[in-house]
Amino acid sequence: MSESPDSTNQFVGIVLVSHSAAVAASVAELATGLAGGETTAPVAAAGGTVDGGLGTSAELISAAAASVDRGAGVAVLTDLGSAVLTVKALLAEGDELPANSRLVDAPFVEGAVAAVVTASAGADLAAVEAAAAEAYTYRKA
Amino acid sequence: MLDAEFFRRWMTATAASVDREAERLTALDSPIGDADHGSNLQRGFTAVVTALEKEAPDTPGAVLTLAGRRLISTVGGASGPLYGTLLRRTGKALGDAAEVTEEQFTDALRAGVDAVMALGGAAPGDKTMIDALVPAVDALAESFGAAKTAAEEGAVATTPLQARKGRASYLGERSIGHQDPGATSSSLLIGALMEARDE
Repeated sequence: MSESPDSTNQFVGIVLVSHSAAVAASVAELATGLAGGETTAPVAAAGGTVDGGLGTSAELISAAAASVDRGAGVAVLTDLGSAVLTVKALLAEGDELPANSRLVDAPFVEGAVAAVVTASAGADLAAVEAAAAEAYTYRKA
Repeated sequence: MLDAEFFRRWMTATAASVDREAERLTALDSPIGDADHGSNLQRGFTAVVTALEKEAPDTPGAVLTLAGRRLISTVGGASGPLYGTLLRRTGKALGDAAEVTEEQFTDALRAGVDAVMALGGAAPGDKTMIDALVPAVDALAESFGAAKTAAEEGAVATTPLQARKGRASYLGERSIGHQDPGATSSSLLIGALMEARDE
């Protein structure tokens, strides 16, 4: 959170990958809403399969990542199983996601809020990743 | 020697086998998964065959790399990145040779299986596709037939295991007594090697 926006004001992009289009879109809305402010970092939801079913779509993930890439890196947050594996496989592919894309190890909802708030403050990718991962340390009971 | 045509036949035979067994795979996936393994793989391998017909790559490595990419793009479940990684890494390990020996193929497939284990974090005994693929690769040095038998036996041997990966792991002991759908589909992939050679 300590970094200030650089001169070109390039935000880190955030991609939210869920098995459900509704979950991805709602978490994006929640995180953007809680980030408040005039300008927030670009957030794209990649939920469900291309035909609207439950699952993971590599195509939707690649398109979402391209749409939020401003040159400062892209943080990808996922929910379960195939979402995690698909993003890892796309990263291993090399050219399917923008350069400087990263799978962030974080709880989906809390991590998304932390990532969007932090990115909207102008932080770099490492700071966004750290903020999202830190959400794991907040115990609820 | 195995050429690009052999690997195309392998993919086509796998697609046909998955078509034939789709209902069985989905039935296996009902008690311990989300009942879509058959239809997911059917969609994926159909897309693989379509892509191979359109692009016709001329090396074994290129055939498998293309197939792997299509699986990652089209399957929609965890089996997409897992099988996609298996084929793509195997293809990359084969390089750009026009023909490869069975020994080279065995080594490359082992590299692919290692990549799947790294991606999914699964080891033998976790009740996953690895339980069919590892014994299959070990037996491949002997013959395609031995690999097919080893994969099928490996799939059956998952029945008494408790799942430690994927959705089935949430079921704990209730996953015991069901044959793993991923190990079963892996035995179809390995079994299709024999059909690819017989044609």
